[in-house]
Amino acid sequence: MSETKTVRITIDGRSIDAPVGQTVLEAARQHNIDIPSLCYHPGVEAFGACRLCVVEIRKHNWTPDWKQLVTSCLFPVEEGLIVETRSPEVMENRKVVLDLQLARVPNSDVIRQLAAEYGIHDTSYEKREDADDCIMCGLCVRVCDAIGAHAISTLSRGPEKYVDVPNKDACIGCLACALTCPTNAIEYIEEGNMRTIWDKTFEVVLDPVNKKPIATPEQIAHFSKQSGLPEDYFTKSDATRKKETAASFARVMFD
Amino acid sequence: MIKRPKAFKTPKSLLDYAEKVKKDRDSRKLEVRICAGPSCVAGGALEFRDELQKELDAHAPQLKKAGLTVGTSLIEKCTGCHGMCEAGPLVILEPMEIFYTHVKPKHAKSIVETTLLEGEPVKELLYSLDFTKGGEKAKHHSDIPFYALQNRIALKNVGTIDPTNFEDFLLNDGFKGLVKALTTMTPEEVVDAVDESGLRGRGGAGFPTGRKWKSALRVKQDRVWLVCNGDEGDPGAFMDRVIMDSDPYTVIEGMLIAAYGLGATDGYIYVRHEYPLAVKHLTMAIENMKALGLLGENILGSGLNFNLKLSRGGGAFVCGESSALMRSLEGKVGEPRAKYVRSVEKGFKDEPTVLNNVETYACVPSIISRGADWFSSMGTAKSKGTKVFSLVGKVKQTGLVEVPMGRTLREIIYDIGGGIIDDRPFKAVQTGGPSGGCLPADKLDLPVDFDTLTREGAMMGSGGMIVMDDQTCMVDVAKYFIKFLSDESCGKCVPCREGLKQVYQILDRITKGEGREGDIELIEKLCHTMEVASLCALGKGAPFPVLSTLRFFREEYEEHIHDKFCRGGVCKELINFHINDSCTGCMVCLRHCPTEAITGERKKLHVIDDDKCISCGICRNVCKFDSVDIISQGKIVAGKEPAMA
Repeated sequence: MSETKTVRITIDGRSIDAPVGQTVLEAARQHNIDIPSLCYHPGVEAFGACRLCVVEIRKHNWTPDWKQLVTSCLFPVEEGLIVETRSPEVMENRKVVLDLQLARVPNSDVIRQLAAEYGIHDTSYEKREDADDCIMCGLCVRVCDAIGAHAISTLSRGPEKYVDVPNKDACIGCLACALTCPTNAIEYIEEGNMRTIWDKTFEVVLDPVNKKPIATPEQIAHFSKQSGLPEDYFTKSDATRKKETAASFARVMFD
Repeated sequence: MIKRPKAFKTPKSLLDYAEKVKKDRDSRKLEVRICAGPSCVAGGALEFRDELQKELDAHAPQLKKAGLTVGTSLIEKCTGCHGMCEAGPLVILEPMEIFYTHVKPKHAKSIVETTLLEGEPVKELLYSLDFTKGGEKAKHHSDIPFYALQNRIALKNVGTIDPTNFEDFLLNDGFKGLVKALTTMTPEEVVDAVDESGLRGRGGAGFPTGRKWKSALRVKQDRVWLVCNGDEGDPGAFMDRVIMDSDPYTVIEGMLIAAYGLGATDGYIYVRHEYPLAVKHLTMAIENMKALGLLGENILGSGLNFNLKLSRGGGAFVCGESSALMRSLEGKVGEPRAKYVRSVEKGFKDEPTVLNNVETYACVPSIISRGADWFSSMGTAKSKGTKVFSLVGKVKQTGLVEVPMGRTLREIIYDIGGGIIDDRPFKAVQTGGPSGGCLPADKLDLPVDFDTLTREGAMMGSGGMIVMDDQTCMVDVAKYFIKFLSDESCGKCVPCREGLKQVYQILDRITKGEGREGDIELIEKLCHTMEVASLCALGKGAPFPVLSTLRFFREEYEEHIHDKFCRGGVCKELINFHINDSCTGCMVCLRHCPTEAITGERKKLHVIDDDKCISCGICRNVCKFDSVDIISQGKIVAGKEPAMA
């Protein structure tokens, strides 16, 4: 068995051994040190957009008064790294960032609650008119790309940037975007065996036993193609599949 | 005509050919260089060329009698931009050093008859040394301070050669640096020479080029990509465009030398699609060099392999940022990434990549052919060589200027640029593009180099220089740059995307007279976060237009907020237009007013109705008698005389 090389870093005074290749955020979370973040998801490549995970670092070979703010979800651990996750500078920036987000999505419960934790109850800035709850973290787009559907995308740029579905045909109705959205900004409707997301309505395959929605046929075809597994593998819930497997074993064993 | 070989297989074959071309051109007595830069073309340079062609044909017998045969001893050609776009279309006659400005097709006849046949200048086309119609004329272009005070290295061929003509380039020491590198230097020596020259990245950051190249050599990888950043996008800056338009071969030669030094086999030139002439000329040059064996496999028999492609960007400002540029080059959305791993290790396609700016590459051939010592003898202690500036704004002589680093702002603006239009008071110079800053009059004697201006809250950057007079509102200037950056932000990270939007909204209300107590402090706090917590250089640099104007012109912000006063006479909500006693009653303003706000009769004083006036300023622009004043809070802020010192 090969040994994973580790480095020793210090986060908020705690000494931690972190495997080489890990980011500061990953190392901190593994040791239950809270660094807030909105755009990070372990399933996709880190992005560095929300700026909440920005922390202060020092290095052992730097002069003692020299420090730097870095993005912890992107910054790789290295031997002797000293990290402060709640220094005055870090907290100040987090407040400004949350203040800005609150101006962008004044109606989002998630952001309001997070901002309140940092003592911000009302934004110092002009609130966005007709604001939805999207904080432009780009997670939905990254998840859609990771799944391989490439249906949604960010459009335009700067303050006008938004997420939309330029490639509606490619949407498989899997809901991954909506379910990973940190502010629940992507709306979808599920009624009986019908599901609507991004203005596209899908029929949903129901579990043969418990009649709960499983997946859309488009989703099943996509996953089957990607995984090489037969389509009927995806048409049942895990619970039903387990039961069936157990029943088939029972037939083999006891018949 | 000398027959050009199909391909050059050895350095000697190239030099021999250059020698033959040189001999052939010795018979050339006279060259008419027509500037075919975009500005001169827009002004009718190509129509002039057609007209000149006709006149030359019509006068062929007389010209021949005078010893001038069109096509051999007399050549007319289109060159790249001469740099003095303001005075275009420009025509230069060599070797007489005659410099004609504002040339129209109708002047072709007199140029042929007076200058070519009689050897006399056409007086009305000569450059006026004091910027007035009847003023003293410059007989030679070397008499013009704008040119005489320059020292052209990156611009050495710009405006002198036909950028589409390979032989023209060869004649001007073309490929001399490349041949020297390939035949007399090891790759290590090439990198050392660039390092010793002290060349720093001309794109703005000023990172030592030699150090970048050396660090690339230390990354042991099979392949290193070589990329040229031609995504210039600063408002008012056009030095890289002009180099690519006017001298594409030099840029490619610089890249070839770099490829030899770094062992790079593949490269890209990334140019914005909005630079069609640069795209056209570079494409032409690449195709031509491929055909001649100067790009591709075993270049000049030296074993150097280098494939070069051109990649066109969509013109997003942020794509000039290195990590965004590389994403764009990969065909992805041009969004920057955190640069915790340097691009010399992981850049284009996550492979080692060396990225340099157009002007940086353009300096390399001269450094190799003339030596590192020669280059480092120019400039200041830490900023060597020359720098191209695009001098624009309220200066008499706008255009491209290349001077050794360390020249003062005053020398550039007053000696080369001729000072402020109408001799109005200087207020500020904005340097370094949108992430740069504004410097006031008491900083005019600062030497311009990478470090000095940065210390003062501005920066030299890629060389943009926008001169402003007293009729400029510094809050409005800050607002302009913030708007630009807000439009050009990629929108990925919060401090840049949301921060710029909010800074803009605050500045907007200040300029509308709706500024609030505490707005300045709110901007400062926000700018601090943008500076330290944004993801890329665009966001980190975005606060500087605001911070530098706050540093040097804070009173203007305070006047806007507290007194609703705009001393520049710019912010529409804070000003009125008023016609003074000098009005002759000519009715011109009255006829031009789009809202019929002006009343008056012939030879009687006109009056502006404030309720109808939309402060468009047309009346002031059309008035020949300086009778329209701009008033803010009861004070004349812009009248005939400068309002405030």
